[in-house]
Amino acid sequence: MPGGGELMADELLRVDGLDAGYGPVQVLRGLGFTVDEGEIVVILGANGAGKTTTLRAVSGMLPASGSVRFKGQEVLGRRPDQLCSLGMAHVPQGRGTITDLTVDENLRLGAYTRKDHAEISADVASWYDTFPRLGERRDQAAGSMSGGEQQMLAIARALMSRPTLLLLDEPSLGLAPLVTKELFARIADINRERGTAVLVVEQNANLALSVAARGYVLETGQILTSGTAEELQNDDAVRQAYLGR
Amino acid sequence: MSEFLQFTFIGLQRGAVYASLAIALVIIFRTTGLLNFAQGEMAMFSTYFVSVAYDAGLPLPAAVVVGVAGGFLLGAAAQVLLVRPVSNRSMGNPLPIVIVTIGLFLGLNGLAPRMPWGETTRPFPVPFGTGSIELLGATLSHRTIGTLLVLASEVAVLWLLFQKTRLGLALRGVASNAESSSLVGIPVNRMLTVGWGLAAAFGTVAGVLSVEGGVDNTLMISPLVFAFAAATLGGFDSELGAVVGGLIVGVFSELVAHYVDLVGQDLKLLPAFVLILLVLLLRPQGLFGRAQVTRV
Repeated sequence: MPGGGELMADELLRVDGLDAGYGPVQVLRGLGFTVDEGEIVVILGANGAGKTTTLRAVSGMLPASGSVRFKGQEVLGRRPDQLCSLGMAHVPQGRGTITDLTVDENLRLGAYTRKDHAEISADVASWYDTFPRLGERRDQAAGSMSGGEQQMLAIARALMSRPTLLLLDEPSLGLAPLVTKELFARIADINRERGTAVLVVEQNANLALSVAARGYVLETGQILTSGTAEELQNDDAVRQAYLGR
Repeated sequence: MSEFLQFTFIGLQRGAVYASLAIALVIIFRTTGLLNFAQGEMAMFSTYFVSVAYDAGLPLPAAVVVGVAGGFLLGAAAQVLLVRPVSNRSMGNPLPIVIVTIGLFLGLNGLAPRMPWGETTRPFPVPFGTGSIELLGATLSHRTIGTLLVLASEVAVLWLLFQKTRLGLALRGVASNAESSSLVGIPVNRMLTVGWGLAAAFGTVAGVLSVEGGVDNTLMISPLVFAFAAATLGGFDSELGAVVGGLIVGVFSELVAHYVDLVGQDLKLLPAFVLILLVLLLRPQGLFGRAQVTRV
């Protein structure tokens, strides 16, 4: 781990020895990684490597053992809604659209943990600026939108809580390449403008590494290798397995 | 014609009671996706609360407020103590929870006569008195007018709650997608408890409106069947459907009972059953319900 002491002060999330699984099937085996404040970190891995399980265990959706420290406190065992109040927002795989609510209601629900009504409305309006498609469809049932629009909505909904850490589960899944590219550009914008740290798990290694500062490679529930985005892009094993070149 | 109108009026009053209980069924269905077979018995129980508060000297409206609060607590307690533990273990299978609500039905029904408020029928005032007005040659009782007004205000309160408040938005969010709702910071279990409490609170109003002479533990048995018919007809996921369905069921069963000798007063439930059957065959989602459409 480069840096040591000075970097520890900025550490937002530290996961150590994380074990999790579904019933008798253990998926994560002693997983460990960190995310610093304001940093974009990507976890790469093939199908079944445990990417989704990692995020679900971190955000309290799945029972796990080990240690998850967020903002310096141990949070393992807390419920997702409690973690959201602490500043961790999770966009689940498949976007988690609240289909029966309108686009506008989805965004307002995203601000459930906040009480500053005027600012909430201002935030909703700013998301309509960022994603004009959402503004055009604000009174439409969210479930009737296209996959890309729903992904934009999911990210905007999660950010309505003004989190310090955003967890993104395969945002590129089911989206056309152009839409995915646009999406990652937005994620980089949001990170730069708001300082929101992002932990993204992806199969699309090229795009994810292009916006990330650091990355980890996950295989059968363990970290295989890690490094800066640049190191991973130049790592032969990573290139063969995940970058297709 | 005036005879037809007369029985329509009576039907509207009964229908408003069914609608009010159907609203309670719809609240639970919308927040949890479940049918609560104990809804009627919970309403019967909290109507006893109203009767006890009334006998203690409170005016009827204040006694109703006490009963509504008691109903809320009863519904919330049922969710926390019985429904939640079972649903945590049933892995998304609704059947065990339906069985719990049937158990609750039997339990509350058996318990009611053994409560400290006494075994026999408790006397209860007629809501809105016994007066009436003449309209188009038929008699429209104050009770019918009052019952319909109460129903209208229930609808207004419900609409304001679900469309205009943060709590209502959270309840709808949990109903549509519990997982995503918890990820935006909503305590899902607490919302389900509130949903059960609200349903039982609305059920209390149905209980009070359905009293004919006195309160006993059979008070809500047949209203529950009619309320199921109403919710089936209107659509289990629509409050508006519950209201329209309730009024239709009330008027329909009253008119059939009067004009079809075979049915008469003894077989009044028959039209309700026929209606449930027809809706399930012809339009399973009900008049106002949404067919489940999933975009993949």
